[in-house]
Amino acid sequence: MSGQIMAEKNRVQGALWQGCKAGIPIAIGYLPIGMTFGLLARASGMPDQITIMMSVVIFAGASQFVGVNMLALGSTMGEVIFTTFVLNLRHLLMSASLAPRIEPGSSKGLLSAVSFGITDETFSLASTQPTPKLNPFFLLGLNLTAFAAWNAATWIGLFIAGGLPDSIKASMGIALYVMFIALLIPACRQTKAALIIAGFAMAVNSLLTFLPTLSNMATGLRIVCATVVGALLGAVLFPGEEDQV
Amino acid sequence: MTILWVVVLGMGIVTYLPRMLPIVFLKGVHLPRFWMAFLRYVPFAALGALIFPGILSSTGDTASAVCGGAVALLLSWAKINIVLIVLGSIGAVYLWNLLL
Repeated sequence: MSGQIMAEKNRVQGALWQGCKAGIPIAIGYLPIGMTFGLLARASGMPDQITIMMSVVIFAGASQFVGVNMLALGSTMGEVIFTTFVLNLRHLLMSASLAPRIEPGSSKGLLSAVSFGITDETFSLASTQPTPKLNPFFLLGLNLTAFAAWNAATWIGLFIAGGLPDSIKASMGIALYVMFIALLIPACRQTKAALIIAGFAMAVNSLLTFLPTLSNMATGLRIVCATVVGALLGAVLFPGEEDQV
Repeated sequence: MTILWVVVLGMGIVTYLPRMLPIVFLKGVHLPRFWMAFLRYVPFAALGALIFPGILSSTGDTASAVCGGAVALLLSWAKINIVLIVLGSIGAVYLWNLLL
């Protein structure tokens, strides 16, 4: 009996550690963005403790930037909260997409903790794992690395201010996009469905971004629309399991 | 100051709920085949939408962003470690800005 408990404990620790390590590319990408957030919040006159609490409580890059910006421009509380809600609707889709892949028997408490760390980046990394089922402790470790990096970067931005030279910060701005590409390419090599769906979502998002009448749509909403349309096309073209090689 | 705490708390709640509700309550629910396929394809569609056209404005200069993206494609195709892909592409953008 105690042997079983030990084995289970090792399995949990192993998955947690694997998750922490898998989060390293996300941590690299969060560093310049979190630093920029800290710097920008300080520059817009946000009190330091509010900036720090934003990264702890909200943990969503785009919303935090928009929030600081709107508050600096004197928007009302309702406007800021509503915009945040719209920006983060895409996490609804990501959370729903992860749900069936998590190992059965995971407790609701553990899932609630894991879900706090769902971001574009942790979701992308988790959902492109080659294993059909995901260990919730792997996800917890992954999200912990991302959360720690985001908060550390916020502090660095606030207190070490100018830190890195601009040329390096600008170059690091591409980091998360590179990670997305690195996650997408193996999937595209495996199934043509991935390539077609991703390409279609890119085209939809470009249309929404560059068409003059639509270009004032919030970025978060554009990504939701492009994701829904792309995944719908996929479900129509490749409805069966057999299409997933 | 107090109002700012309330705003942060409110932003936290409306960010957390969409993350938490589906994963906790869709778990174990059996959806029709079409919607299971839809959810299975969300990652590919989301990656596409996240990459393009956002990447073009990620470095403050479209040309260096295209260069970084091309290097990322090449390195990803070569199947090297993802951390090296990220560092290599950052290096490519840095060099591009330095030399051109």
